[in-house]
Amino acid sequence: MNITIRRFDKRKEPQSIEMSYPLFEGVTLLENLIKIKTTTDPSLSFNGVCRSGVCGSCAVSVNGKAKLACSYKPSDGDVIEPLAYHEVERDLIVDKTKAHKTLKTSYAHLSSIAILENSSKVTVQSDCILCDSCYSACPVMAVNSDFLGPFALTKVYRYTLQSNENKKAIDAIQTSGVWDCTLCGECTLACPQGIDPKMDIMNLRSISVQNGHSDPNFANMSFGDFGFNNF
Amino acid sequence: MITDVLIIGSGGAGLSAALRAKELGCSVIIATKTLPTNANTCMAQGGFNASKGSDVQAHIEDTLKASRGIGSETMIKTMCEKSSAALDWLLSLGVPFSLDDNGNFANRFMGGGANKRTYYAEDYTGLKILQTLHDECLKNDILFKANHYLLNLIVDEEGKEVNGATFLDTVMGEVVEIRAKSVIIATGGYSGVYHGFTTNGFGSSGDGIAAVIRAGGVASDLEFVQFHPTALKKSSILISEAARGEGGYLVNSLGKRFVDELLSRDEVSRAVVKEINEGREVFLDVRHLGGKKLAHLLPQEIKLCKIHENLDMANDLIPIKSAVHYTMGGIEVDQKLQASGIKGCFAVGECSNAHIHGANRLGGNSLLEIISMGLIAGENATEYKSKSQLKENSQLSKDRAFINDVYNTFTNQINFYEKREFLGKILYHNASVIRNDMGLKGVLVALRQMQKEFTFMGISDKSLEHNTNLIEFIEFGNTLEVAEMLLVGALHRNESRGAHFREDFKETNDTFKAHSIFWKEDGVLCAEFKDIK
Repeated sequence: MNITIRRFDKRKEPQSIEMSYPLFEGVTLLENLIKIKTTTDPSLSFNGVCRSGVCGSCAVSVNGKAKLACSYKPSDGDVIEPLAYHEVERDLIVDKTKAHKTLKTSYAHLSSIAILENSSKVTVQSDCILCDSCYSACPVMAVNSDFLGPFALTKVYRYTLQSNENKKAIDAIQTSGVWDCTLCGECTLACPQGIDPKMDIMNLRSISVQNGHSDPNFANMSFGDFGFNNF
Repeated sequence: MITDVLIIGSGGAGLSAALRAKELGCSVIIATKTLPTNANTCMAQGGFNASKGSDVQAHIEDTLKASRGIGSETMIKTMCEKSSAALDWLLSLGVPFSLDDNGNFANRFMGGGANKRTYYAEDYTGLKILQTLHDECLKNDILFKANHYLLNLIVDEEGKEVNGATFLDTVMGEVVEIRAKSVIIATGGYSGVYHGFTTNGFGSSGDGIAAVIRAGGVASDLEFVQFHPTALKKSSILISEAARGEGGYLVNSLGKRFVDELLSRDEVSRAVVKEINEGREVFLDVRHLGGKKLAHLLPQEIKLCKIHENLDMANDLIPIKSAVHYTMGGIEVDQKLQASGIKGCFAVGECSNAHIHGANRLGGNSLLEIISMGLIAGENATEYKSKSQLKENSQLSKDRAFINDVYNTFTNQINFYEKREFLGKILYHNASVIRNDMGLKGVLVALRQMQKEFTFMGISDKSLEHNTNLIEFIEFGNTLEVAEMLLVGALHRNESRGAHFREDFKETNDTFKAHSIFWKEDGVLCAEFKDIK
């Protein structure tokens, strides 16, 4: 019974290798990683803080799907890799700087007074733990690395609901934002907190239209002019 | 790198302090050893105490009572009087506190409170506060230095004034310094010394407290450690007090209830430990509440029991033990939250001992403390006028030399991970909720042996970048310093008071109605009791 971990060290050649470790059954992946580190290989590098699924630090990819290491029990043959669409720093540690920068570029914060009665509308959205699981599950990242991604958009939606107004953010999410999402729903499946970024993005599209924006895909769509324009 | 206010730690206390200092016009840097929001604040479920009108006085009295004579009435009064404003501030930032059926903010009783004053956001109060504060910091362009592990404070020897701090930048593996006119330490508590037996996340190693002691400052009341009675047996993961509050039972392996479940955390914890010491297992029994009610009341707990114990709360008994949950002691500070003996250095939150919780903390007061006192720390650090900010200082070169030694001369013949586990175990058994002279002395001897062996421990991973082996080793070094003070305090406090219970001195003795004070002279730990002002 083994698990395979993709290791990465930029100073080694080859930089990336797969290593197999015996599986400790019945305990979480994070506990497996800790056992490996403290008993056999102290150089194995990963993050993990709270052990109970709320700090967002331990997300990794298991057989291609984002999982919190502290909430996942591994099975024989599992392949553990760093999160996708993040630059790998070392082993399972990734650089989250770029992903978290989307919070600034999308103005994902409260920009006017909070309407207190609206608190109950954002119960789920405000549970985000910034684990980046949704970001690493998003296929749009493969074609547009500037895409704002699911968690930033969910936060924009949260603060828009809480203040009933959020023009700066709504303007900011028109480029590489709400319209670039394919609505595939992978983010929703990946979220360990049960947040539904796909639905939040759909709602943000409606709000965008109400604010005078339009779907650029629709605007650019060619309905076929039979080439008459060439004449 | 130079800033007006340097904040070390990015939990609720650090972020609140940063926002206030920035609002008052200062440049602010927040240095954090991992990423912002990876802090214990996110694990606080219960809620946030806020009192209004006549309840303010009751809140003060409840907090004073829980402190068992060693809380400061002035500090407690400050916190309770500012509690309502602190809650309003969080609401204004958009923290979505739960509403009741009438659209008012919902609140509930917490153990030891005379009135309903604990406001909550489902069972994610701390998480929602922390994430919202983080969003607000980004909005205010507050500069975060992530992956910066605190090594030491930079202190001007002549003026005894802080000038900044040194860090290990873990991305590059370099020792760097950040200079500042004032410093706020908000690095959290030291429950991590009980490795494997704490509900806290990894890294609660008392880094800030150890740094203050090394810099010539003072720590106090470290023997006061709060245990939580219901942590999962295998993993020490917390099962919220709500489980008992909603009517859950504690039963032993004979199927008998053995304690009034609604007593204070330390009383229930002692009953749990007594059962276990006498050879019986202890279980949390919530089966009679029914699956539907449980799913509504304790969704996080159901998930955690499934993952960590493979048990279903609706149908199974849940094996539990008591585990270390919160540390009352910390950096000794004055009423401005300035660290004793180090000018311009402030400490706030679980790492500081502002004499608010005294011998035991009331549920709901920790989130209140980090926000209300965080704002005050931000103000006081802003007002501080530095005299010696840019003087030459040798701390950076000393710390570079130390890290170099760890790489090259520490022999690594002894596996520190084994020692860390062993220390956690013996502390848990002998410096637990029930303590005695012999047991405490035994751990102290073992601990001092580990201190001697420290240079024979070390790291196997010699990489520079993201060397978590190195960070865990330095954290272990800090726990050795902090645990020594904890044990010395527990040994000398020959009485029982609040969370500190000595089976050989079961009564409270007012000879000890005093703060235990710790400092170092020429590397040697000194301790004494200081009367309450």
